[in-house]
Amino acid sequence: MKHRTPLREALMTFRRTPLLSGLSVASIGFSLFTIGLFGLVAINFQKALQDLAERVEVVAFVLRGTPTETISTASQDITAFPEVLDVSYVTEEQALGRARRELVEFREAYRDLAVNPLPASFEIRLKPEARDAESAQRVAERVRGFPFVEDVRYGRDWVERLDKLRNMAAVVGLVIGLAFAAVAIVIIGVTIRITVLQRAKEISIMRLVGATNRYIRGPFLLEGAIKGISGGLLAIAMCWATFTIFRTSTTAAGDALVFFGGLQMLLFLVFGTVIGLGGSVLSVGRQLRAV
Amino acid sequence: MIRFLHATKTYPNGASGLKDVSFQIPKGEFVFLTGHSGAGKSSILSLIYAEQRPTEGEVRVSGYQISKLGPNDIPRLRRQLGVVFQDFRLLEYHTVEENVAFALEVTGARKETIPNRVMRVLTQVGLASKARAYPKELSGGEQQRVAIARALVNDPHILVADEPTGNLDERATRGVFQLLREINAGGTVVVMATHNMELVRDTGYRTIELKGGRVVYDSGVDQAAGAES
Ligand SMILES: Nc1ncnc2c1ncn2[C@@H]1O[C@H](COP(=O)(O)OP(=O)(O)OP(=O)(O)O)[C@@H](O)[C@H]1O
Ligand SMILES: [Mg+2]
Repeated sequence: MKHRTPLREALMTFRRTPLLSGLSVASIGFSLFTIGLFGLVAINFQKALQDLAERVEVVAFVLRGTPTETISTASQDITAFPEVLDVSYVTEEQALGRARRELVEFREAYRDLAVNPLPASFEIRLKPEARDAESAQRVAERVRGFPFVEDVRYGRDWVERLDKLRNMAAVVGLVIGLAFAAVAIVIIGVTIRITVLQRAKEISIMRLVGATNRYIRGPFLLEGAIKGISGGLLAIAMCWATFTIFRTSTTAAGDALVFFGGLQMLLFLVFGTVIGLGGSVLSVGRQLRAV
Repeated sequence: MIRFLHATKTYPNGASGLKDVSFQIPKGEFVFLTGHSGAGKSSILSLIYAEQRPTEGEVRVSGYQISKLGPNDIPRLRRQLGVVFQDFRLLEYHTVEENVAFALEVTGARKETIPNRVMRVLTQVGLASKARAYPKELSGGEQQRVAIARALVNDPHILVADEPTGNLDERATRGVFQLLREINAGGTVVVMATHNMELVRDTGYRTIELKGGRVVYDSGVDQAAGAES
């Protein structure tokens, strides 16, 4: 004779009511899928912003004829600024070479110049935490103080816009993410509630032969957790499929896209489990109080 | 063991189940509850196993006061009782033996002992050969006997049976009744609701008759007169 264990009871539900169980897993899966898609967009957007932010740099143009010793001391001084990641010195020749390479339209114009019109410069990259308008401005002000610095640029406008964009993305992301999560929890709660209602009779019989609430709850909680994990796996699979299709169909930009990392996927499964469990606790609890 | 004192049960929808019912059942007794359909027999039994609580008055079972049971007391009380429901209430997705074993498992009985105890009661009710069947594969009478086996399996102090012979032919009725007598002979209080007046007359056990939710006759009142007014 087979003994009743919570796991066996929980698994039996899937065999007994395959349609309803499948439906619950699917609804958890699809809810998490929406959250997942949103998450994918969010992390890719985040990454794009980061790539942009990496280009926040301060450029200081150096007066013609500044001695090399002065340049190298200044370079060390600037590197020592707390906001600065690294400094590279671009000589006049390098600047010209770069202009020829990058600015196709000017290639002709730059070809037969007798005098190089481009100044040498320091390109100052900022540490990740200092890639905002305020820090960039601070660094710019200080660099401007060097007597051999002719001019400083740091693209103030777009750095400030980047700041705003980042704040907005964070707020919008949080709000939409929470809304999706709430909808998912409601849907999952409803499906589990249906399962419980379907088994109300069974629960009441268990109560009547003297089962404690804890004993009755066990299999339901396990069932909820299993459904949550399965839904999570389903959602990850669907996200992966969507991601792959999207990436292959948008050849150019596609390569830059990123998928969830291992920790994020684990978080996804944990989240699925938690909502599965939460839905069960709520709906079984209600049923137990009713008998 | 069981004591009703001016117990009244009014259902939430306003229907009156019992009105001012008082009686007392001492250890070891066998009691019939009789009365027409709707007289209140099931209502009395459901107060005993705490599916319902009295709206007024007092019901005491095995030392527990039903109206004051806490959430943890209910399973404790029910484990001392065996209940045979009028509608069987078997778990339809479990086999006969699992249905019976289940009532033992919830009491925390040692796992090794369960199969033997289950087979013993199934043999007792004559269903050993159907241990692996599912309830819907059984006749009404067989399901009834599974319900009885489940009620017996944890050696209850009190056995409550609602129409346990309602679906049986005469021979099977005698068989079930004989079973209940044996259980009672072992010291278990048996409270049995029945329509079968023939059975009641033949055996001479104490009979409490209900009508419209009131006790209209109690053959045990003469002996118990001193104990209860
Ligand atoms: N759960 C309930 N909700 C509302 N009214 C109920 C409920 N259970 C019983 N009643 C009412 O209480 C009265 C007594 O019912 P009860 O089931 O105790 O009768 P009974 O003697 O067991 O009848 P039967 O012989 O048909 O089983 C009936 O009028 C019935 O309608
Ligand atoms: Mg009844």
